Amino acid sequence: MNMEISRRQFLQATASGAAALVIGLNIRGALAAGSEATVFNPFVRIDNEGVVTVIVKHFEMGQGTTTGLTTLVAEELDADWDGIRTEFAPSDNEKYKNLLFGAQGTGGSTAIANSFMQYRQAGAAARDLLVRAAARQWGIDPARISVDGGVISAGERKAGFGEFVQLASSLEPNPEPALKPASEFKLIGKRRLPRKDSRAKTDGTATFAMDVKLPGMVYAVILRSPRFGGALNSFEASGAKQVPDFIGAQTLPNRAGVAVFGKHTWTAFKAREAIRAEWDFSQAEMRSSEALFKAHQELAATPQFQARKALSTEQAQALLSDTERTIEAEFSFPFLAHAPMEPLCCVIEPTDRGVTLHDGCQFPAIAHGAVAQVLGLKPEQVEINTLYAGGSFGRRATPTADYQVEAAMAFALLGKRIPVKLVWSREDDIRGGYYRPMAVHRARIGLDQAGKIQVWDHRIAGKSIMKGTSFEEVSVHDGVDHTLVEGVADTLYQLPNLAVGVADFHSPVPVLWWRSVGHTHTAFTMESLLDMIAHETNQDPVAMRLSLLDPSDNRQRRLAGVIQAVRDRSGWQAGQRRGFACHFSFNTYVAAVADVTVEDDRVHVDKLYLAVDCGVAVNPDVISAQMEGGAGFALGAILRNEVTLKEGVVVQSNFPDYAPLRMADMPRIEVSIVPSGEAPSGVGEPAVPPTGPAVTNAIFAVTGRRITQLPITRSGFKLV
Amino acid sequence: MQIQLTVNGQQHSVDAEPGTPLLWILRDQLDLTGTKFGCGVASCGACTVHLNGTPVRSCSTPIESVAGGEIVTIEGVNDAVAAAVQAAWRERDVVQCGYCQSGQIMSAIGLLRQNQAPSDEDIDGFMSGNACRCATYVRIKDAIKLAAQKLEA
Ligand code: FES
Ligand code: FES
Repeated sequence: MNMEISRRQFLQATASGAAALVIGLNIRGALAAGSEATVFNPFVRIDNEGVVTVIVKHFEMGQGTTTGLTTLVAEELDADWDGIRTEFAPSDNEKYKNLLFGAQGTGGSTAIANSFMQYRQAGAAARDLLVRAAARQWGIDPARISVDGGVISAGERKAGFGEFVQLASSLEPNPEPALKPASEFKLIGKRRLPRKDSRAKTDGTATFAMDVKLPGMVYAVILRSPRFGGALNSFEASGAKQVPDFIGAQTLPNRAGVAVFGKHTWTAFKAREAIRAEWDFSQAEMRSSEALFKAHQELAATPQFQARKALSTEQAQALLSDTERTIEAEFSFPFLAHAPMEPLCCVIEPTDRGVTLHDGCQFPAIAHGAVAQVLGLKPEQVEINTLYAGGSFGRRATPTADYQVEAAMAFALLGKRIPVKLVWSREDDIRGGYYRPMAVHRARIGLDQAGKIQVWDHRIAGKSIMKGTSFEEVSVHDGVDHTLVEGVADTLYQLPNLAVGVADFHSPVPVLWWRSVGHTHTAFTMESLLDMIAHETNQDPVAMRLSLLDPSDNRQRRLAGVIQAVRDRSGWQAGQRRGFACHFSFNTYVAAVADVTVEDDRVHVDKLYLAVDCGVAVNPDVISAQMEGGAGFALGAILRNEVTLKEGVVVQSNFPDYAPLRMADMPRIEVSIVPSGEAPSGVGEPAVPPTGPAVTNAIFAVTGRRITQLPITRSGFKLV
Repeated sequence: MQIQLTVNGQQHSVDAEPGTPLLWILRDQLDLTGTKFGCGVASCGACTVHLNGTPVRSCSTPIESVAGGEIVTIEGVNDAVAAAVQAAWRERDVVQCGYCQSGQIMSAIGLLRQNQAPSDEDIDGFMSGNACRCATYVRIKDAIKLAAQKLEA
């Protein structure tokens, strides 16, 4: 609970107006500085001992935001890296909003992109104030003062930041402080900065929501319907009464399940096992995966919506009848669970004002309102204490705030006076829905005699993630959920006569963004199709892709840049038995080359080369780590993961049958970061899309067998 | 039932039902939350602790089976091997979300205690029970080798 304490101390310090220089946003949302009492919401705080604290508005799920945002401040402030502390921002939708969402939240690989200027400005404003204060105190011209590694100096005179905090906080901040030109960067892109969260995460002291324990706290687990869309009819808890320290069980007000309370996590789990429930399955999903796939295939045959204005599916079909040759394929993708290492969990604590939600909270903007609504509180009565999140991959951000709402309901059932900790087991997680949607792609591509692409008829069927949520307005247009077609409809390749037809699949199975969202299946399909065309027409897959990109367009030029970088780094040559794929997502460009060994049907991925262009590389080592991690995450899924249903019931339940990638499966990985002066873009997701197809294209190069069904076990391979 | 156990050198007497996993005693009763719950079925390694010097999965270790045993968790591990492993982990910036890392570190310490110069295959084998959903494996392997070098020096 270290962070909680420090934040409370901070709030107390705020109230008492202790000497500190604080830079942040004022009530009008403009950059402001002063003592703690005057600045509405801080990004940077420097106390009179000179300790610099960066207030991180994004949550940390491992992607390195804490380190990234701190780098931006430290760079402009010329602070000492090792001495800087970090804190997560409180939930405040206005002041800490993600500038790209318009609300507070983390996702879509946006953290650095939207914070790049904001946090640098805060650092620069702080530096400017400290320099002016020092100049006044020392009676010299500010131009004679330099700052380095947290030390302010002029000739022989030297002092730490703390000396000038009091004076600096009384000066008027410069509303537009000068930022360093890239040529003067000392930290951004320059050297490996130790991660800010490394120590706490290697000595067991890092606090996750799962680790929160409050006096009198009760543990809650939920007995949920074994089928999606089921509703509770009744339950019988007499068996649970035998379990020591079982507290009680109650129906959730929305009939989604039974809340089971115990004095310990284990007690709650054991009691739940002993409870028998009757369910109403009249609205539930009763089908098996085979039937669901079949329904997708049928939908793909008759698209309802068109994702591209220029050409419709019908028009493409007409053009296809005139082409010399066609290439045709269908790809199918299973439901995937995110399975973050820390099972979902949060704590609701009653406070004088209302409640505090202790949570590795990804979308405070949504969780905040949802908890307030369930508890009948005003938004300002809910506080969020953001803790480290043990992975997310998208799962901790749901449009319904699903698990926070469960916790709030459980808290209300116990009378809203006792702290309640909601815990999910791994089985709850694997069986709990909010999956990467199942999807089927179907494409027919017409080629001329020379093998040039003439027409591309592409259909996609899948359940929409966004329809029916508060994100619908921004991401659904003309019936098309952008997250179903991103990576196809907006491909950077020059594909003549591309039509993208879409059909929505309907089911009570809840679906969600999963690290890289639609690109998880669109990139696989596109990059497999391009590989098929290259092989069918005797072209080198790399050269063919380059020929489909126009270097006079900046984005196409940048995609070509990573293709060339990975080609050169991996020593790619035409005719080699290796796999290539690339993809543009979240404004970042990644290209991959995979080397695999296949013996009979056993596949081992030996090595991956990745090249990335994500604009200015703020923390090169964090970028490499996200490339490695993203590739590993994709590999595990592509190679062996699927969530399947049997008569509506999820077949898998835990890591033995939803097996994560393991040490021996991990290939060697070489990452090249393409130098760039463009605005920084995301790195958490973009390594995922090209990794899978690079590997399956390599399997094709080695075996001549094309993988169109994932995971590869469905296509007759297994991973060793 | 009352069970006596030693955790990080300290004697504890805990009241628990037979069959209760050591993991939950450590976390919910002794407040040693550095040891994590990931799967509960000995399939992820997040809950790894040392029992009499050897890594075990505390989620699948019934409390009565450790009565009288010496348990060490991430909070208490502090010999030269542990110091080398933790230092190597920091030097290589292994962690991402960090949730699996207590368990990874406890397993790595167990490996280096019995094998001072593990090969890639040794590491793959010994660490196979520790899953990392963030896939930090490249760096875990590197850090184990770095720790081995540190210990040799
Ligand atoms: S929690 Fe013990 S092995 Fe996963
Ligand atoms: S660091 Fe996230 S699970 Fe290993």
